[in-house]
Amino acid sequence: MSKLVMNRRGLLRSGAVMGAGVALPTIFTASSAAAYTNEPTGSTVTLGFNVPQTGAYADEGADELRAYMLAVKHLNGEGDGGMMNTFSSKELKGNGILGKEVTYVTGDTQTKSDAARASAQSMIQKDGAVMITGGSSSGVAIAVQGLCQEAGVIFMAGLTHSNDTTGKDKKANGFRHFFNGYMSAAALAPVLAELYGTDRTAYHLTADYTWGWTQQESIAAATEAKGWSTAANVLTPLTTTDFSSYVAPVLNSGADVLVLNHYGGNMINSLTSAVQFGLRDKQVNGKNFEIVVPLYSRLMARGAGENVKGIFGSTNWHWSLQDEGSKAFVQSFGQEYGFPPSQAAHTVYCQTLLYADACERAGTFNPCGVGEALEGFKFDGLGNGETEYRAEDHQCFKDVLVVRGKENPTSEFDLLEVVQVTPRAQVEYAVDHPMFAGGALGSCNAG
Amino acid sequence: MDAILLQVLNGLDKGSAYALIALGLTLIFGTLGVVNFAHGALFMLGAFCAVTFSKILAISKVVIDPEKTDFLGNPAKIKTPYVEEWFGSFGTFLIDFAVPVSLIAAVPVMILIGIALERGLIKHFYNRPHADQILVTFGLAIVLQEVIKAFFGANPIPQSAPDVFMGSLDIGAMVGFAENAIIYPYWRLVYFFFSLAVISAVFAFLRFTTFGMVVRAGMADRETVGLLGINIDKKFTIMFGIAAAVAGTAGVMYTPINPPNYHMGMDFLVLSFVVVVVGGMGSLPGAVAAGFLLGILESFASMPLIKDAISAIGLPSIDQIIIYLVAVVVLLVRPRGLMGKAGMMED
Repeated sequence: MSKLVMNRRGLLRSGAVMGAGVALPTIFTASSAAAYTNEPTGSTVTLGFNVPQTGAYADEGADELRAYMLAVKHLNGEGDGGMMNTFSSKELKGNGILGKEVTYVTGDTQTKSDAARASAQSMIQKDGAVMITGGSSSGVAIAVQGLCQEAGVIFMAGLTHSNDTTGKDKKANGFRHFFNGYMSAAALAPVLAELYGTDRTAYHLTADYTWGWTQQESIAAATEAKGWSTAANVLTPLTTTDFSSYVAPVLNSGADVLVLNHYGGNMINSLTSAVQFGLRDKQVNGKNFEIVVPLYSRLMARGAGENVKGIFGSTNWHWSLQDEGSKAFVQSFGQEYGFPPSQAAHTVYCQTLLYADACERAGTFNPCGVGEALEGFKFDGLGNGETEYRAEDHQCFKDVLVVRGKENPTSEFDLLEVVQVTPRAQVEYAVDHPMFAGGALGSCNAG
Repeated sequence: MDAILLQVLNGLDKGSAYALIALGLTLIFGTLGVVNFAHGALFMLGAFCAVTFSKILAISKVVIDPEKTDFLGNPAKIKTPYVEEWFGSFGTFLIDFAVPVSLIAAVPVMILIGIALERGLIKHFYNRPHADQILVTFGLAIVLQEVIKAFFGANPIPQSAPDVFMGSLDIGAMVGFAENAIIYPYWRLVYFFFSLAVISAVFAFLRFTTFGMVVRAGMADRETVGLLGINIDKKFTIMFGIAAAVAGTAGVMYTPINPPNYHMGMDFLVLSFVVVVVGGMGSLPGAVAAGFLLGILESFASMPLIKDAISAIGLPSIDQIIIYLVAVVVLLVRPRGLMGKAGMMED
């Protein structure tokens, strides 16, 4: 007959083994219990706002952050509701998203791809963000979009204008509401041809990175199709601050138009140099010399001061638009912060509402479900007229604004005037257009 | 030929800024033996003296105009600067000439900032290795630019040149070239002549005044000057203030050329440090000569003709690295720089 002898040490050892045995199933199934990355299980859902809080685009990032906070407020049922009241989809009720209160974390992209990826990674892994959004640069957007694809979360791009974001670098988990270089060119070229004539020679100064290259390619192709010729395309390093040595040879090149494919600090400095050199007061080939800035931003126009007066460009949205959506957003943002929103603020606010609405319609936060709800989604009431998120490349198609630097501004915000609202049909392109060729959307990744 | 002349002119105004910053940098190194990486930040602080002065002049009386509305539909606020209301056309003139007039305020402010930095922080690092000096002054530069960003934001703030200096001069037409062949903005010409005046003033101050003679003697042999009963430390502190004022005035006058932002000091700092090294550490004429030389070379490197020729042989563009390439060549051929003296940074 055996006798079971249990001493203190044996009891502890047996307890540990039994405990491990009981816990084993949950240890191995903990990760697979969640159906997708960062599935919200509590009463809140966390969104990650990844914007430049330091560096050259910090002011733009600050405006994006203001818009995000306003969107969160509206989604949670606070404030006047903003564009939720004018949005054609009526899924959003002001009770958060899918009944969960919306919370957020913020990251600083510093307008550097590696820093942006690191902060997005941290928001996904440490803070449990189920969606990442933001950015004020195409290089950053493309880098973060790739990361979100790998991590299995949705990326709702902020201000990114390179064709590549929804072209060769498109991803199934990434969505862009903002317009792109091709659309700017398609909207702008007919206006330029009508204003300045079809017999023009353009000299391009182009920022030497993805956005600059695609913007230059687009505007050169669109203006050449209208009869213009291109005298030269000079690539300027992104770190250039004094553009005088690039601007000085322009008048002697035979060109009668200078196209500045620059954004941000580059745009401010190159435009300032061009105006200082008196290009706009000169006549070449018997015509007045003209300057064009394909992508405008009100915040950048403020930095360039009086130099923007009379200069044409394009923009995604402007606070002076008089549709109900724009008016509601300007009112809401203006009441909250005391000044009108920028186009960067507008696009990120729209992206937040669009994401929340897609979750509601899909009935889940699962990125594959949300992506499916966004693909081919047609909507109105968000300030750009009838809009569609094209399923094949996740690019929004909507009207584009051609603007001009205002000659007689009535306030410090009144810097640009809308010259033409270019209808969406004029800026559309085929999915397999050569400027967007290469890369594949792939399939969605839920983590 | 006209293209070459144009780039020489371009290089001169770039070189003016490099020379002014490098002059202060080498002055501090030559007197105090400190490698001051905060010198670019002093250039930036000067620029923001101009911004602050403009903002002060723009302080306005606000009147509600019920006839007009703002973007929210509320009655618009009409602003009239007090200086215009108080002084009429003289007030308008002050606002127009805000940038050059702000020099009057910027010079004492920058001297005081320079003296405060030297007495408060930098003097504690005189006997420390150069690496420590670089670290502390670089850290100081970051602190200063973050303070400016906190007050003024990250976006550039445009400053206008006086109306009379707007536009450009057709220099080509004046010397027989075709129309528009060599045009040059008036304000850049003003900047070039301003820098020549400041550089001349600094050299004259050091050459023809008793104070300057003592400082030069101190630079050559600090110990002996001290033994003569002269408080050389006090004189060097004042020189730090003067170097700060030189950088500050360069910053003030640069604001109409490129709208100032909090980061502009860093953009110039590294280039100016290279200028000092190429010119020869501690050599004032070397800093000035190297500033203009490298400014002109940088302009040539960004000419489309040169860029095309370089890309034709399969090399990337060199406009951003030309200065460093030249620095490497100069240091290989003349390790002490163009006009460097023996003993500087060789311990």
